[in-house]
Amino acid sequence: MNGPLRHARHLIRVAALFVGLFVVFLFAKAALVPKDFGLYGHYRPSALAANTTRELSYAGRAACVDCHSDVEESRKGSKHARIGCEACHGPLARHAADPGAQAPVKPDPRAFCLGCHAQNVARPATFKQVDAEHAQGEPCSTCHGPHAPEKGPKP
Amino acid sequence: MSESRRDFLASAGKLLLLTGPAALAFDFVVSGRAQVAPGYSAREHWWGMLIDIEVCIGCGKCVKACKEENGVPEGPYFRTWVERYHVAGGVSEHPDVDSPNGGLDGFRERYRAGDGAKSFFVPKLCNHCATSPCVQVCPVGATFESPDGVVLVDKDYCLGCRYCVQACPYGCRFIDPRTNTVDKCSLCYHRITKGLTTACCEVCPTGARQLVDLKDPKDPVHEFLRTHKVQVLKPQLATGSKAYYNGLDGSVR
Amino acid sequence: MDPAALPVVQGFLYPNEAELQWSILIVLYPFLTGLVAGAFILASLARVFNVHEVRPTYRLALLSALAFLIVAPLPLQLHLGHPERAFEMYLTPHTTSAMAMFGFVYLWYLLAVLLLEIWLDYRKSIVLWAREKTGLTRRFYKLLTLGVDDIGPEALDLDDRAGRFITIVGIPSAFLLHGYVGFIFGSIKANPWWSTPLMPVVFLFSAIVSGIALVLLVYMATSALRGKAVDMACLDTIGRYLLYAFLVDFAVETLDLAHRMYEADESFKSLDFMVRTKLYFSHIVVQIVLGMFVPIAILGLVQLVKLSERARRGLYAVAAALTLIGIFAMRWNVVIGGQLFSKSFLGYTTYKLELAHREGLGPAILLMLLPFLILWVLVKLFPPWEEEDEAISPVRAGRPS
Ligand code: HEC
Ligand code: HEC
Ligand code: HEC
Ligand code: HEC
Repeated sequence: MNGPLRHARHLIRVAALFVGLFVVFLFAKAALVPKDFGLYGHYRPSALAANTTRELSYAGRAACVDCHSDVEESRKGSKHARIGCEACHGPLARHAADPGAQAPVKPDPRAFCLGCHAQNVARPATFKQVDAEHAQGEPCSTCHGPHAPEKGPKP
Repeated sequence: MSESRRDFLASAGKLLLLTGPAALAFDFVVSGRAQVAPGYSAREHWWGMLIDIEVCIGCGKCVKACKEENGVPEGPYFRTWVERYHVAGGVSEHPDVDSPNGGLDGFRERYRAGDGAKSFFVPKLCNHCATSPCVQVCPVGATFESPDGVVLVDKDYCLGCRYCVQACPYGCRFIDPRTNTVDKCSLCYHRITKGLTTACCEVCPTGARQLVDLKDPKDPVHEFLRTHKVQVLKPQLATGSKAYYNGLDGSVR
Repeated sequence: MDPAALPVVQGFLYPNEAELQWSILIVLYPFLTGLVAGAFILASLARVFNVHEVRPTYRLALLSALAFLIVAPLPLQLHLGHPERAFEMYLTPHTTSAMAMFGFVYLWYLLAVLLLEIWLDYRKSIVLWAREKTGLTRRFYKLLTLGVDDIGPEALDLDDRAGRFITIVGIPSAFLLHGYVGFIFGSIKANPWWSTPLMPVVFLFSAIVSGIALVLLVYMATSALRGKAVDMACLDTIGRYLLYAFLVDFAVETLDLAHRMYEADESFKSLDFMVRTKLYFSHIVVQIVLGMFVPIAILGLVQLVKLSERARRGLYAVAAALTLIGIFAMRWNVVIGGQLFSKSFLGYTTYKLELAHREGLGPAILLMLLPFLILWVLVKLFPPWEEEDEAISPVRAGRPS
């Protein structure tokens, strides 16, 4: 090589090395980055769908009513009518899909109601709470039905 | 002017006006390209949650349901949890707060009635911030704001660097010990895209938590927001939180 | 999770805060990068600012910087939940993330600054070694020459000028490298212990302080190991610059502290309590008193009082060692301290350091020793000693350029 760059051959090689590395990086990037990355924002769009694939544990109250319209009927007008069935019965999506696949366990009538109704000063004053004496040692179900508790024991 | 140049100028203008991420979010919201589930168009939704402290009874059903629904590991890992506040002497900078096991098993009575203090429950979850500090710091785009306003995690892309955990002001993120990646409330994205409500809202007996769709004109949230004084958590941090609290006390942080 | 492994908690934490996220490895990372940046700044004193006295440490400082820079990302890597995905940081860097950008700053600094500068400075030696040596070592050096053995005056002059240019670029790069580490913490608005615009500046000056102290110690140790006398003029000059850097560092940190105390925002009471209790030993005793006041006093004393060479050497060694301990404590207090309090400002947790754990003390100690091993290899491959080749380095030859 001649001219002013005659003594810069080593520098040119270094520069070439860097350019080469950079090109390799670009190729690697092109090959490895998912093709649709950044379509909606800085993320893989497939992650959106991936987040929707989880299976349900809770079917939602609308599903229960299809088969248990009698229960829904008995709850009408009750203060408990607004409560989702699975708040008390636990996750029952598999039962709702196939009643035989999952047998619902009945809530324990002694401790269960107090989870919501036990006296607690942090609870809003407007929410009806009962102390230990209220039940007089009986299970709540003796005097209250679970689905429409104001109406006395199970209708 | 050629089409592409006009496009470019338009987007450049938007980038100048809005911040980068907001501009991007804006684009995806208006274009509504995101078709994430059959029959669900992300364009038509902008999710958030309404939390009414005045009716929360601290039963812990939401915490339990969340763990069940989302397979959250046992132990100190919560996508949602409930705190109990006890504020003596009216306004206090030092409230007594507890959240035994995240409120999963409810709250045993701890205070006496008539002790001159106020006491209440505060359900917490990811605030699904519109300008999320956690999304901002993720180095690879493994957590992001979806076109319908939900902050999600890409579990198969997350490095587990935990920077986002540090960046969340609300303590909503944790590292899932089974996968070594970050996890957080997804607003039950698998449910809301199917037209269901979240697991926590499903089981809430008093309606203290309500999933809201701010883009749906028929959603009662609009009426609620108009007629109630609502607040978000740590508003001074300007995170664009979409968890609106009714009856939030000044002592809550 | 085993309940016994839960940290000791005091007051209220958000339930997810029970586990500390960033361990001692993340303490090491800013500590190591700080040493790199500091050592490089010291080297640039010789090269760009023509402080001739510190020339004996020029190459040693560069090699130390390289050794520590190679190790710097390892603690990060080890800490990741999925180390195998780390390359995503280069593939899809999120431009709003300080951490993603750090990957590029790191590469830039490693490849474009440090390796290039070292290569240019050693090129003549490398060419000569490639001619002299035999066997495998010869091949190694030959490879490093990139097949060009032009070491004529014009080529060396070019090297010198290119090297100077790179050093000039390198100084802001070193600032960037460590300022960035500070930014990673300083930009987290959720955490008031970290969130301050002064954080990058504090990190930068503490980095310079620690790097100078490191090179000073390495220089004294290598001289002792080789049975050579240390160059007192060099040592005195380094000591002086260490003092200057310390004074700036002290000023910035005091400013930060004064600002926090005066503003006393919502987080202040909580943080103040933490510093007085959980962080008392590592923050007040180690970082501020032992790691800052004492070395400043020692270095100041040396300036004011005429002392024997022996005494000065001893004092410098003590001051530099305390400095390194103090700066390590500073990193500890930032990283660990920033996670001991709840973001609700209502409670505190405890960091339990385990020994044999992926993120425990054992790996941390190994990672701290590794740079010295690498430095040893580097010194064997590229002897930085002046006496052996007086005229090789254009810088060392004191050429006005
Ligand atoms: C497809 C129809 C169907 C749907 C939907 C359904 N169930 Fe059932 N459920 C049944 C049948 C059939 C039985 C009776 C099964 C038996 O006795 O073994 C039953 C029984 C029950 C029982 C009582 C079990 C007992 O021990 O007596 C409960 C409680 C129950 N269902 C709750 C629910 C809830 C809550 C939902 C909503 C998530 C729901 N079911 C949805 C069909 C349905
Ligand atoms: C407040 C809690 C609560 C809610 C809300 C609730 N249940 Fe129940 N349910 C109970 C309890 C407690 C029992 C068990 C009664 C018993 O053991 O006799 C029960 C029993 C049942 C049974 C068994 C048959 C019977 O009538 O005893 C069915 C079926 C059932 N529930 C369905 C429903 C459905 C469907 C809904 C929602 C529409 C619903 N439940 C909502 C508490 C609840
Ligand atoms: C998931 C929480 C929950 C559980 C479990 C629960 N309740 Fe309720 N209960 C409520 C709510 C919410 C109301 C309605 C309060 C309101 O609207 O003012 C209510 C209302 C009532 C009322 C009417 C109070 C009034 O205003 O007159 C009675 C009685 C009652 N519940 C009894 C029971 C009994 C008995 C059980 C056990 C079978 C039970 N509850 C279980 C949440 C619960
Ligand atoms: C011996 C029968 C009996 C038993 C057992 C019983 N209750 Fe009651 N409960 C009543 C009667 C009667 C009322 C209505 C009295 C009133 O309105 O003051 C009532 C009212 C209530 C109310 C409304 C309180 C109010 O202030 O209006 C709630 C809530 C309640 N019961 C919950 C429970 C729970 C929870 C249990 C189980 C731990 C339980 N009860 C067990 C008889 C009973």
